[in-house]
Amino acid sequence: MSTTIDTRGLSCPQPVLMFMDAVKSGNENEIIVFTDTDASKENVSRAAENKKYTIKDIEQQGDEYKITLIKD
Amino acid sequence: MIKNFFATRWGVICVGAIIGVLAGLLQKFGNPGNMGICVACFERDIAGAIGLHRAGVVQYIRPEIIGFVLGALVAAFSFKEFKPRSGSAPIVRFTLGMFAMIGALVFLGCPWRALLRLAGGDGNAIIGLIGLAGGIWIGVQFLKNGYNLGQSKPTHKSAGLLLPLLMLGLLCLMLIYPQLAGENKAGVLFYSLKGPGAMHAPLLLSLGAGLFIGFIAQRSRFCTMGAFRDLILFRQMHLFSGVIALVVFAFITNFVFGQFNPGFTGQPVAHAMHIWNFAGMVLAGLAFALAGGCPGRQLFLSGEGDGDAAIFVLGMIMGAAIAHNFGLASSPKGVGPHGVTAVVVGLVICLFIGFTMRKKI
Repeated sequence: MSTTIDTRGLSCPQPVLMFMDAVKSGNENEIIVFTDTDASKENVSRAAENKKYTIKDIEQQGDEYKITLIKD
Repeated sequence: MIKNFFATRWGVICVGAIIGVLAGLLQKFGNPGNMGICVACFERDIAGAIGLHRAGVVQYIRPEIIGFVLGALVAAFSFKEFKPRSGSAPIVRFTLGMFAMIGALVFLGCPWRALLRLAGGDGNAIIGLIGLAGGIWIGVQFLKNGYNLGQSKPTHKSAGLLLPLLMLGLLCLMLIYPQLAGENKAGVLFYSLKGPGAMHAPLLLSLGAGLFIGFIAQRSRFCTMGAFRDLILFRQMHLFSGVIALVVFAFITNFVFGQFNPGFTGQPVAHAMHIWNFAGMVLAGLAFALAGGCPGRQLFLSGEGDGDAAIFVLGMIMGAAIAHNFGLASSPKGVGPHGVTAVVVGLVICLFIGFTMRKKI
């Protein structure tokens, strides 16, 4: 299962909260997070590592990031 | 991709340590006791310097604040992180800024100063910090229940530059109208002749320290409110380790310079009314949590082009003016004549914001 979260324009700590909700909501093997600030990118990455997700890819698209996280 | 060292655990610890040492040094070079750096107090002094309030003892354009914003601006431009954005409930952020300041001025300090007061031996800071944690805990409950101020939108580059330009304007005013010996006014600016506002490190030192801290804090995302919030919300120690480093290194610096004086009474720019030290910081902590950042972090975000953080900063300056004009701010003698009422009103308004602004986006 894969899910996508759009956190663009949301300030701290909403992006991490939304990621955590996605983690809690079930057996998502892949979570894709869109974010537009470096702080959110770092915060989501840190939270992902804590929750045993691997950062598969961080793709920069203009001013935005697409972070692909895979469950270990 | 170049790894951002300052965003690592050791990076944020380094930043906390540097802030702690510089705060101790700024006090050594003239800033008020246990107030090497205080974002709330210094914004309050700026409000006084431009005449928004007329409390003669707290009027001075603090170059540290200017440095924080401009240092963060330089960092944001250097690392392509200047992202002009605004439009996430500005009126709410302004109101939160006002009451955050009012709460902080009942305690007499922002979270940074609470930590510095602790590192200087002021026991009242412990009560303030417990209040701060309590206020943030309430804010976290709202966050867990969907509290959200909504999305910001990208805006004009020049819109993101407005608060940094305002700060540059304040610096220009200071250079055009430097303090005149024995005069409480120079041109359009007020300068304290006594009290905390009259105590300050040399301009270049204050500005330089501010610029440096602004730069590294932008890189590290250092935030005292975030430190407590992440600990409560996610059991995450990342930012909190920076806070601990700040206290430890400020303590060491204070110890070396003989600035460590343990006790509850007779502490510089502080009072020992425990209930109101506690309640003032509950209000401030809740307002910071609802706005998503401590006063320092709001300055650094403003430097990155975040117009919503800039509105919060202006709200704090307005809050300082109201706090002194209405007798809400405390003094070493204790709480102001209407400080208690203001804390109650502020808590009611913050709860109103927390309960009613829940939206799943």
